[in-house]
Amino acid sequence: MNRQDGTCPLTQQQLIDEYFMEVRAKMLDVAAFLDRMDRSVDRNAEDDFRMLTMRQALQVLCAHTPGRVYDIQMIFSDPTTEPLVQLDRKSALGAFDHHRGEVQP
Amino acid sequence: MKYIDLHAHMVSRTTDDYEQMALTGCVALTEPAFWAGFDHLSPVVFADYFNRLTSFEPTRAAKYGIQHYCWLCLNPKEGEDRELARHVLDLIPQFLDRPNVLGIGEIGVNRVTRNEIATFIDHVDLALRYNQLIHIHTPHLEDKYKGTKVIVDTLVDNRRIEPGRVMVDHAEEHTIGMILDRGFWTGLTLYPQTKTSAARAVDMIEMYGSERLCVASACDWGPSLPPYRTLS
Repeated sequence: MNRQDGTCPLTQQQLIDEYFMEVRAKMLDVAAFLDRMDRSVDRNAEDDFRMLTMRQALQVLCAHTPGRVYDIQMIFSDPTTEPLVQLDRKSALGAFDHHRGEVQP
Repeated sequence: MKYIDLHAHMVSRTTDDYEQMALTGCVALTEPAFWAGFDHLSPVVFADYFNRLTSFEPTRAAKYGIQHYCWLCLNPKEGEDRELARHVLDLIPQFLDRPNVLGIGEIGVNRVTRNEIATFIDHVDLALRYNQLIHIHTPHLEDKYKGTKVIVDTLVDNRRIEPGRVMVDHAEEHTIGMILDRGFWTGLTLYPQTKTSAARAVDMIEMYGSERLCVASACDWGPSLPPYRTLS
């Protein structure tokens, strides 16, 4: 038994009745974004690392095991602990490039 | 419901926000020192900033019946500049006795560089030297896990740290466990696009309980709102 089993106080039926419409809308937003990517005037970023992580995340959504949010968070995350030698940029980009790693300046 | 917003950058919010927060039950807030959105040209301006956090801003909040407290530091976004950090760290002690100062924060790391970690450790040492509480910022998005791990490991290695006097903020699903397991306080930030939505915050409270766990807005000049709208 997962240690978090039973921590949600609502029944599955209550969850569906309350939140299905909201989550449905979010799923359609994701689908529309992916369609928009396909319709793009210039398909020049098919292998952008952010889209690669998003595709991985979408596979996790279809899993039948708990811990989906954690797993998706880790797909987007830098899993290393080695500090950068110096600052490369101020802002985060939303996803770690797992194939390239961090570029040390 | 009365509430305290434990993380609100009110210098970037309007008086309308103060009014709405008061009307919806906010009785107090704490404001960590922040990045201005650009790097400062001189450490001297931090004296003005700390003065604002400890004099003008509490006066502004008081007009709406809200108690204003603050935390002082050089924000991690500027932690790479070790020379600036040295100057700002020298400035801070003269403000620590002011009545609304809670401690040192929000310190931490941004991109998790060597210099940022060194500046973070200097702030922790300052806090310990002056017996101050510590409020910690954890990085954004893909840097969240790495930064939180480095911060937590650094704190755990320091035997002078009392975890109950440290809050490691901006936790998400992949970092909340490592923070709470080490005995620190943590915070969930209702900043939906880059941190946590209200729904996900509720999920984490259900899973981890409410012990040593706070919820705040971290409202600033970005697309964030004080809790008066988020909570509704």
